[in-house]
Amino acid sequence: MKRGGEKAMVPDADFGSYYGRPVVKETVWGPDIPAYLFLGGLAGASSALAAGAQVTRHAELARALKCGAAGAISLSMVALVHDLGRRMRFVNMLRVLKVTSPMSVGTWILSGYTPLALAAAAAAVTRKLPRAGFAATAGAALLGPAVASYTAVLLADTAAPAWHEAHRELPFVFAGSAATAAGGLGMLTVGPGRAGQAVRFAVIGAAGEIAAKSLLLQRLGATAEPYQTGRGGQLMDISEVLTAAGLAVAVLAGRTRVGAPVAGLALMAASALTRFGVFEAGRASARDPKYTVRPQRERLADAASREQ
Amino acid sequence: MAECHPVGFQWVMEAKARGATVIHVDPRFTRTSAVSDVYVPIRAGADIAFVGGLINYVLQNERYFRDYVVAYTNAATILTEEFADTEDLDGVFSGLNTEERYYDFDTWRYQGAEVKPASGEHTDPDARQSHAGAGQSNGDRRRQAIRGNLRRAGRGEAHGSGGAAAHPKPDTDETLQHPRCVFQVLKRHFARYTPELVEKVAGVPQDQFARVCRLITENSGRDRTTAFVYSLGWTQHTVGVQYIRTAAILQALLGNMGRPGGGILALRGHASIQGSTDIPTLFDLLPGYLPMPYADGNDSLADYVRAESVQSGFWANTREYLVSLLKAWWGDAATAGNDFCYDYLPRLTGSHSTYETVLAQLDGTCKGYFLYGQNPAVGSANARMQRLGMANLDWLVVRDLVMIESATWWKDGPEIQTGEMRTEDIGTEVFFLPVAAHTEKSGSFTNTQRLLQWHHQAVEPAGDARSDLQFTYELGRRIRAKLAASQAGADQPILDLTWDYPTTGELAEPDADAVLAEINGHGPDGQPLTSYTQLAADGSTACGCWIYCGVRAEGINQAARRRPWQEQSWVAPDWGWAWPANRRVLYNRASADPQGKPWSERKALVWWDADLGTWTGPDVPDFVADRPPEYRPPDGATGVAAISGSHPFIMQADGKAWLFAPAGLVDGPLPAHYEPQESPFRNIVYGQQHNPVRQLIRHPEDRFQPSGSQPGSDVFPYVTTTYRLTEHHTAGGMSRFLPYLSELQPEMFCEVSPQLAAERGLEHLGWATIITARAAIEARVLVTERIRPLEIQGRILHQVGLPWHWGPNGYTTGDAANELAHLALDPNVHIQEDKAMACDIQPGRRPRGPALRTLVRAYQDRAGITDTTGTEM
Amino acid sequence: MGTTSPATTRNLFEQETGLTSGPGLDPSAVAGYPDHPPRVGFFTDTSVCIGCKACEVACKEWNNVPEDGLVLTGMSYDNTADLSASTWRHVAFIEQPAADGDGDLRWLMASNVCKHCSQAACLDVCPTGALMRTEFGTVVVQDDICNGCGYCVSACPFGVIGRSETDGGAHKCTLCYDRIGDGLMPACAKACPTESIQFGPLDELRERAHQRVADLHTAGQPDARLYGADPADGIGGAGAMFLLLDEPEVYGLPPDPVVTTRDLPRMWRHAATAAGSIIAAVVVACAGGRR
Repeated sequence: MKRGGEKAMVPDADFGSYYGRPVVKETVWGPDIPAYLFLGGLAGASSALAAGAQVTRHAELARALKCGAAGAISLSMVALVHDLGRRMRFVNMLRVLKVTSPMSVGTWILSGYTPLALAAAAAAVTRKLPRAGFAATAGAALLGPAVASYTAVLLADTAAPAWHEAHRELPFVFAGSAATAAGGLGMLTVGPGRAGQAVRFAVIGAAGEIAAKSLLLQRLGATAEPYQTGRGGQLMDISEVLTAAGLAVAVLAGRTRVGAPVAGLALMAASALTRFGVFEAGRASARDPKYTVRPQRERLADAASREQ
Repeated sequence: MAECHPVGFQWVMEAKARGATVIHVDPRFTRTSAVSDVYVPIRAGADIAFVGGLINYVLQNERYFRDYVVAYTNAATILTEEFADTEDLDGVFSGLNTEERYYDFDTWRYQGAEVKPASGEHTDPDARQSHAGAGQSNGDRRRQAIRGNLRRAGRGEAHGSGGAAAHPKPDTDETLQHPRCVFQVLKRHFARYTPELVEKVAGVPQDQFARVCRLITENSGRDRTTAFVYSLGWTQHTVGVQYIRTAAILQALLGNMGRPGGGILALRGHASIQGSTDIPTLFDLLPGYLPMPYADGNDSLADYVRAESVQSGFWANTREYLVSLLKAWWGDAATAGNDFCYDYLPRLTGSHSTYETVLAQLDGTCKGYFLYGQNPAVGSANARMQRLGMANLDWLVVRDLVMIESATWWKDGPEIQTGEMRTEDIGTEVFFLPVAAHTEKSGSFTNTQRLLQWHHQAVEPAGDARSDLQFTYELGRRIRAKLAASQAGADQPILDLTWDYPTTGELAEPDADAVLAEINGHGPDGQPLTSYTQLAADGSTACGCWIYCGVRAEGINQAARRRPWQEQSWVAPDWGWAWPANRRVLYNRASADPQGKPWSERKALVWWDADLGTWTGPDVPDFVADRPPEYRPPDGATGVAAISGSHPFIMQADGKAWLFAPAGLVDGPLPAHYEPQESPFRNIVYGQQHNPVRQLIRHPEDRFQPSGSQPGSDVFPYVTTTYRLTEHHTAGGMSRFLPYLSELQPEMFCEVSPQLAAERGLEHLGWATIITARAAIEARVLVTERIRPLEIQGRILHQVGLPWHWGPNGYTTGDAANELAHLALDPNVHIQEDKAMACDIQPGRRPRGPALRTLVRAYQDRAGITDTTGTEM
Repeated sequence: MGTTSPATTRNLFEQETGLTSGPGLDPSAVAGYPDHPPRVGFFTDTSVCIGCKACEVACKEWNNVPEDGLVLTGMSYDNTADLSASTWRHVAFIEQPAADGDGDLRWLMASNVCKHCSQAACLDVCPTGALMRTEFGTVVVQDDICNGCGYCVSACPFGVIGRSETDGGAHKCTLCYDRIGDGLMPACAKACPTESIQFGPLDELRERAHQRVADLHTAGQPDARLYGADPADGIGGAGAMFLLLDEPEVYGLPPDPVVTTRDLPRMWRHAATAAGSIIAAVVVACAGGRR
């Protein structure tokens, strides 16, 4: 027998299913959302790094990062609203604050962060109101990391097995990836030789991301398959290659006129691909009932054996 | 039943919850099978072998209810020496006229009794004809032609209420030992229906058959009863009536008739089919199963009564019933002086069943056609012939909810697609009239247990929609207005009709309650009657349908009663109204023993209360209320006085349940297994392959296929059967046009076993073409284990399941299964055999355009089909 | 915190946050209805389901849910496929060999519906408050508030709720909120001819369900089991429970569903730590060198 869709039903030997159909629903979110995850991460980490740069008197880097953050968060807001089923009702998000809803919490974080990021950028570009600018920069730096990491909770707080089961590591993957992207943005936007902090930030971020990811793969076992196979796996693989390449170029040729922007672009692309990869992995894990059923069966078996 | 009657099936589930065992016998595993305790797959068309096997088991193992059988059935009745059974004649009964293919019933009679034809059955013309010598006058020849037509008409439907009668006092042997007593005849007749034979013919393995035998017999007798439920799967055969006869014999032997939890329940095709035979839409019946007068022998009211009534039982009052009907129709114009307008009734000259009407259309003799909620272009066998017939009409009126295929074949039907018809060549003027749905009008439904339930109008009909009642009334009014000045004799019956119903509501719809009042009838004082026993033969009472008399007793619409079951006895007599006289179980006198005591407390329904001198119980006794069990009619008693106190079957002249039917059926007094008209198998039960007197509609557009061992039968190696799905309704007019139902079963499909799919290369969800000698249709393929190959006569048979709901119009469309069906009919009731046909199936879609007919002709050629194929006796 | 059990964690979390959907049997009280009618729900006894789909049609008729496609799926007689924004009752059909091994076939039918979880993920994650707990303990979407974010779709562990392609909003079973308030049965239960779908106070239904399983076990149907009837399960017990004759996953149901927000406190902690790690990385990156 076949299911209504594209592929023939081949039931796995070790679990039953209803014609191979998914148990949980695949997300209705489109590519807007992974784009938002990337842009939000980029903005948030950039704001944090900008503050560091400003405090350590790397004004050019700070300014570039602030502008980048402002641009990224503006685009991300567009992506977010665009993905709603009823866009005119975006403001309904502000009816309530629900800590049980990462989207609600995120909306309020964004509502606090976005004006600060925009103000910080405006102050940096216009060089007016330096005190207010500094306050905005500091605020954005404090909220920015939250913008970068809450999105992991946004995904993890669903029934998509690859997202939910990864709820421990995913915030660190996203934080690392955000730092990588912000570092990349720094390398791309300031002159070679002036992006040392950005390079270091990217290196730390990438290291964190890779560490978190390998922890994730290890702990999730079979549920990690969607991160390693299919479209999600492909994107994750390319992301890793780009990260490695970006880091290599940054370290070896980071001070050259060509090397810095190339490395920066590569790292930003890598960060984006991580988000798209994670997004696709979650979708794939929802589509295939085995990712839903198998862990639950194992859990029941464990519980039963504990009772004995 | 779950599949086609899910709402009624709730009671089966209720019974199951209380411990009943549910057995389901069906060629396909359905939603009923899914919740049954036992599922028995069977070859379509082999049920007489299966149920005959059960009868044989009961007889051989003495599992019948002996006291019941001796007292209440005609088991002890002795037959004449002239009777010869299928055992003696290799599959046919005595009296077969092989020239004209009909049975003369003379030899089927009881010994010691003159065979008295039953209500509505005429052996006399045939008997007289057999003595007719040479030198006939023209008048004789005309009369003989009419008799021949009438014989073909069969008139078996004239027995819906009570059945034919025989002499009340035949010779009997209550020891059941006499070699010619019905019991011994029955025993010999069914002796060959062994478990081995059942397995070979029906494909039911012996262990499974044994299980069913055990379950049914263990659940029958003094303390327990078993019910049979059937539907179109039993009726739509060339031996359909005999299928039900087989069950009737089994149920009578087991003592399951007239008792609670027993009986044989016919599930109908749709709402009020029972009602449409009670107040008939059939050509050969008047309301209340009074036979339609025929043109030879029913010349006067007295002739009719003499010919149609019987001496004992309630059919003795035929005159009362008919005169009251004539008074209801013609009112003051009906007087004793003019035979109560008896001559206004039309006379039958032959069969006018639906399929003969199609032939008449093709001949050009039938020029106009009304379709009231019927969709023959999809729903009737050989649907193509239906369309060809309609294309030859002058006018066609289609009254329906939606634009069904029968209203649009002239512009987009299959024959337009194949190029056989061109719209501009078709002369039929087609009128489509939108109709009110049941929620838009009041009226009654009569369901299978004879229960009338009133439904009330919820909203006024929308737009131009009107009720059928309004249309018919208005049509009558306009015709009468046009004829008002006419003096012609032929117009008087229409002008004299009582045609004066009050109207109600914004749309001035005739008041359905007034129609019900006319049906119920009234006495000379104009007051509503309460019982058919009040009907008089002198014209002082009027009653539109004698069996419905009392439905509006006291001027109250009894059918509209809805007292909840929690607030009344378990028989629930205050829910709706059941004819006759609000009895819920017919012949319920049989629930008590001959002395009038219940056979068991567990199964008590009515009993004799000696102190009160009356029959009593939770149900209305179906008996003369004050007749004691020990009453024996004096010699020469007639009518109701002739009913013995211990004979429950009061509509039969002998008061008995008939194991052997001495009259009333045109194709034999006992059931015998014959192969369907088209079968891949030879009949191994008898030398006789088919029902010898089956009715064949012969026409170039209705070719039959070779069967059994005939050359060419292998061209159609599979058996196909048609059926319904829960999600759709009949020919689709009420379901295929509705999105919510269409999405549940969105496409025409065929169901095949994985084995057949492999044999023919059919793919799940792919396309298949199913071919017979009439047509080729296409369907999506569902490969399912629910269709099981059967071993028949030592070889594997594959069956193809076809839902018949689809047609070219509507929200979901598809080919109609009825294109495939032929017109070999049951001779009693003229129903087609589309429950068991032979076919071929091939992968892929059917050809388009003229190539479609080419394919069918190619199959006809390959099978060597001619105009005589399949028409042998 | 590290030593507390997850359950305790959750309770603390609730105290701190005022979760809108709580554990246990009285979600209406948790949601702020001090004097509320008894919690109602469904008991769907699939052992008596005849697959007539009257529930599907009655639901669509009453709730004006649109027809959503004419697709022959080939999944036995199931052409509805699953629950969605436009299907609030779905009858599954499963053809399988009978367990007794005599070559017989079993055709399971089961009418699926929203579980109206005691701990409802859809309700928890809804950012607008469009999804709410009613006084009857059921979970409904307020169509005039929903902005179509689609979060509930991913959060439901049963794949029940969907987002409409046509109006962009999320929709699911309301347990006929507009009928039960007037003392009427939900349309599906009303239409069910065999009482496969039973509606009533949840306590009574749970009792009846346990009795039915016991009866079936006695009658020699050891496969019978309850689903969603245990208040200690991962969703705090369902407001719509089922009697199944095979493993839940055979019907397309998750064998051990857990409300995703059960892990939310831990998720927030990890996210906070991760955010902190970004700041730490900034400190390291900026403090570490000249440039």
